[in-house]
Amino acid sequence: MSASGRALRIANGQGFWGDSVDAPRRLVDEGPLDYLTLDYLAEVTMSIMQKARQRDPHAGYATDFVELIRNILPTLRKKGIRVVANAGGVNPDGCRDALIALAREQGASGLRIGTVTGDDILPRLDELLASGVPFVNLDDGRPFSEVRERVLSANVYISSFPGAEALKRGAHIVVSGRSTDPGLVLAPLIAEYGWGAEAWDLLAAGTIAGHILECGAQCTGGNFSRWWEVEGWDHLGYPIAEVAPDGTFVVTKHAGTGGLVSVDTVGEQLVYEMGDPTRYLTPDCIADFTSIQLAPAGPDRVRVSGIKGGPATDTYKVSISYLEGYKAVGQLTVSGPDAEAKARICADAIWGRLARAGVTFEQTLTELVGVDACHGPLTRKTAAPGEIVLRVGVKDRSKGKVDRFGKELAPLVTTGPPGVTGFAGGRPKAAEVLGYWPALIPKSLVHPHVVVEEVP
Amino acid sequence: MKRLPLYAMAHARSGDKGDGSNVGVLAYDDRGYELLKAWLTPDRVKAHFGEIVKGRVDRFDLPNLRGLNFILHDSLGGGGSASLKTDAQGKTHGMALLRIIVEVPDDYDPPVVGLSGAARRGGEL
Repeated sequence: MSASGRALRIANGQGFWGDSVDAPRRLVDEGPLDYLTLDYLAEVTMSIMQKARQRDPHAGYATDFVELIRNILPTLRKKGIRVVANAGGVNPDGCRDALIALAREQGASGLRIGTVTGDDILPRLDELLASGVPFVNLDDGRPFSEVRERVLSANVYISSFPGAEALKRGAHIVVSGRSTDPGLVLAPLIAEYGWGAEAWDLLAAGTIAGHILECGAQCTGGNFSRWWEVEGWDHLGYPIAEVAPDGTFVVTKHAGTGGLVSVDTVGEQLVYEMGDPTRYLTPDCIADFTSIQLAPAGPDRVRVSGIKGGPATDTYKVSISYLEGYKAVGQLTVSGPDAEAKARICADAIWGRLARAGVTFEQTLTELVGVDACHGPLTRKTAAPGEIVLRVGVKDRSKGKVDRFGKELAPLVTTGPPGVTGFAGGRPKAAEVLGYWPALIPKSLVHPHVVVEEVP
Repeated sequence: MKRLPLYAMAHARSGDKGDGSNVGVLAYDDRGYELLKAWLTPDRVKAHFGEIVKGRVDRFDLPNLRGLNFILHDSLGGGGSASLKTDAQGKTHGMALLRIIVEVPDDYDPPVVGLSGAARRGGEL
């Protein structure tokens, strides 16, 4: 138990970089909380941050996080809420420096900020290759040499124990790089309850609590199949896990917020992005999702128990990104009558004109939004749509060809069938396509590093 | 036998797994779960999705949640940021699977789970 003898209340206010900017502030304002966790990293976020850092050595972390802390720091200190976030991106030290600067502005002396580094192995890649780490593609076994020269970022999903150590050493805010999403919730539990490195059932329980929370409102009514049962979409509550020392926990949200926490909303989130449910691999343990028991425990409260775990593997997963090529996507709106037939003429005209100009692509896409963009053949036979958005795109190694494609859309407004409009926002421009390359590395070759600094 | 949309018997959620997606299906009652375990095979799921799923379909069972987890391999046009598709992460694949029409015994009626939405309508979705 926490110092006050009750279960720890851990919330998640950010499911990904780009999630609601108000959710974390509301979580600290609208009810009691011990820990606020925030997940800012997706697989390709690290490469975007790596590029930002190449342009500016002080950049490369989630700047939104620093702005959030600027706004909520007085409340965090007043209520004693601690924060664990993977906002450090490829520059946790830079993020720490920015936090210290704003803390000094606010006179927050005594605030302690912990950083966890050691996940970024981009500078070590050649050394690691030379020492025999092959970095073969975990999904399809392709050799790393296919992409080595185009690598933009390489980060290890490190365990939750370094973050826990920062908390044990008194950090009020912990900033890491590429820690796992569920690990943000597990780290405070390890720190507060002293869970050991081989307490597999407990580590699995904390991991599953983190998995339920990691996508924010997706367990509190967001994305729920029975959407008609959800109320208060304009003030959805974000999730809180009340975790006991024995690893059992209750999923809930602050009283008075919108949304819904039920066995079914939590159940849906459990199977989100699920592979083999008996082997959910993290750096901390292997969690068995077939052991989870869910039970209602009052309004907007679900009790989770029975969780079993097994020993972690001796490798970490590495998330590598590389430049795969370029892409551009554009769209035209085609009104009825005969919207679908006219949209198909537009699409054929675009591809035909480009072919006559000698421009072909590694990959093209034609979608009729309103007909079959999401569900393909399942929706193609339904009634004729009143209007359609024609969405076309290309992907290629050649940036020039992709830009050439972008010039082929606007002419359709005057050179196609009648009722073609909606060409706004200029020509679609070539954007970089970042490939994702998962691999493994022996744990013995990765050295997480924890620093805790106090604001003077 | 009678025909029911899966939407009336179960709920679902989907997301991406590399260049594929997963769809977790959770049945509303024990009998429905047993029926789905027998009827909702990977082959039927692959046939339902047609050209959307270019690879194979795997199924894992979670009896504790009355759950069936389907992995739809090669279903995202490259996956994640590399895909050109509107639904590059398979976010809508759960709703797509709930459209499948399931054959169930005449005496099976799923529990009433809501007062509105497509689930209370019969027939094709």
